[in-house]
Amino acid sequence: MSIDLRNISKRFGDFVAVDNINLRIETGELVALLGLSGSGKTTLLRIIAGLETPDTGEVLFHGEDASAVSVRKRKVGFVFQHYALFRHMTVFENVAFGMRVLPRRERPAEAEVARRVHELLKLVQLDFLADRYPSQLSGGQRQRVALARTLAVEPKVLLLDEPFGALDAKVRQELRRWLRRLHDEIKITSVFVTHDQEEALELANRIVVMNQGRIEQIGSAEEVYHHPANAFVYNFLGNVNLFHGRIENGRVFLGDTAVELENTHTHAHPDENGKAVLYVRPHLLEIVLKPNGKQTFPATVKSINPAGPQVKVELVAEWGDMVQVEISHERYEVLRLENGAHVFLQPKEQKLFVYQI
Amino acid sequence: MASQSEGTPKRPGTADPPAVRIALITIALAFVALFIFIPVIAVFTEALRNGLGAYFAAIADPEARAAIRLTLMTAAIAVPLNVTFGIAASWAIARFDFPGKQTLLTLIDIPFSVSPVIAGMLFVLLLGVRAPLGGWLADHGIRIIFAEPGIVLATIFVTFPLAARELIPIMQSVGSEEEEAAIVLGAGGWQMFFRVTVPNIKWGLLYGLVLCNARAMGEFGAVSVVSGHIRGHTNTMPLYVEILYNDFQFAAAFAVSSLLTLLAIATLAAKYYLGRRVIPVKQEQDDLAKVAA
Repeated sequence: MSIDLRNISKRFGDFVAVDNINLRIETGELVALLGLSGSGKTTLLRIIAGLETPDTGEVLFHGEDASAVSVRKRKVGFVFQHYALFRHMTVFENVAFGMRVLPRRERPAEAEVARRVHELLKLVQLDFLADRYPSQLSGGQRQRVALARTLAVEPKVLLLDEPFGALDAKVRQELRRWLRRLHDEIKITSVFVTHDQEEALELANRIVVMNQGRIEQIGSAEEVYHHPANAFVYNFLGNVNLFHGRIENGRVFLGDTAVELENTHTHAHPDENGKAVLYVRPHLLEIVLKPNGKQTFPATVKSINPAGPQVKVELVAEWGDMVQVEISHERYEVLRLENGAHVFLQPKEQKLFVYQI
Repeated sequence: MASQSEGTPKRPGTADPPAVRIALITIALAFVALFIFIPVIAVFTEALRNGLGAYFAAIADPEARAAIRLTLMTAAIAVPLNVTFGIAASWAIARFDFPGKQTLLTLIDIPFSVSPVIAGMLFVLLLGVRAPLGGWLADHGIRIIFAEPGIVLATIFVTFPLAARELIPIMQSVGSEEEEAAIVLGAGGWQMFFRVTVPNIKWGLLYGLVLCNARAMGEFGAVSVVSGHIRGHTNTMPLYVEILYNDFQFAAAFAVSSLLTLLAIATLAAKYYLGRRVIPVKQEQDDLAKVAA
């Protein structure tokens, strides 16, 4: 089932949680709402579910206005951040709940309920825990029970609020892959909220980057990561260095060194002079020992951390900004860097990102 | 560090010296013995002074039976009403934001801070035959003061914070996520209430019910003012005990008292049992919150 959000706004008192959002989610898609806390992503999810009423705008399910449809009739599955399992019921009863509250005519017979519950528990690989209570389960198990309980009502749309937020890193990795596989299997239109960019990039077909109640960019992982629409998106997706500079006559000056605006991704107008912010990711900077005719900036090595797949070097640029650079171990061997060494930073071409302020 | 700790006594720095501990425990136990154990034992010895036959005769007396019946009836009306009010008030306070919420919280406590006698007076002033409202009701043949309805009203007034006070913190700590989950899964309002809300608050609910019942049956002050002490009609058990005592029928007075004492002991036992069930629920909440964090 496709979902259409049209001009959705929602305020809580003076706080604008969702600010005029338009979004279309296609049938079978797995979409991530990515943003910091307070960006309005959870509110938007709750509006889709019908748990919140938007102040303006409409929600369309499969082209039909869902505003008049009550939450219980919307056929949405909602997985809560803290799972909201019924603590006084066993895992079995939790999963069976959605079937037990159906009107008597539609309610399946007890044998059918049991069959469905066990089928779903097998799907989430927890059949052996049917008689346990939620308090006896681990975080990851609770998450999967919550999912099974949601799927039991055969929702047309699956909504997940920070599905992995409360889990430790290892379990999170596993569940992420598992959810991806599950989605490939059952092809249900799914929307999940996350503040973790890695999670969004790995899991979603499309990512909706949100900030202060607005959508900053919608696109595939490839698009938002490599072609960010603006500085916020670039800054939000992955580590970045942030330099303060100024634009003069079509060039960006960082200290005494100038960069041609043409060599950057920019939203700055080359004819307008003024302050600018320049972003570059740590792995898109190269360290060289001598200026080699290309664009380079002088810097001094402050600290080196060779643990991990890449060597992390922290430097101070000539104009005072701290700079983080990631280089390969091979390169590190060649450079023989030491603290206090005077070196030069060379951006790998076309990857600087300039934003006028 | 090691050499320093060898020289000092094993008692940690924050513990009190044994003399202080023994003194405090002795004082506490002596108080309990003096004010609780001895009186309770006295009630039963006095009640049984003239033998078991006299004891049961005192209880089987028609006036005593009328008093017991009235007390049970009063509790049977007041307790369910209070529990209903308690659920409604705690639901409103825990789930909604509305103007006057703090005021409501304060107002709920009024019966605790007002002397029961004054509460009784209040009903007499409002509903007595000489008051406009009471007079109007009397003209239509409805008697409230010096009749059973007055007793029920006064009892409701003095007990009404009990269930609400117990339920508000539980409702707040349980939160509304499970209820939302029930609705999303297709449950109707009543299904959500009986399948999710009530099971989550049931121990607190029972705890409040027990407290409320004990107070309803034992209330003296407020009920005394509105009752009129009509023998066989408007005497509750506590009022009847006073009458017997004033008539120098000590054994009978203590016999009826012993019933109220037994109620108190049963209440205490129920309270202890339920209190142990309420706390694990709160504990589990905290655990869940910790896992989540």
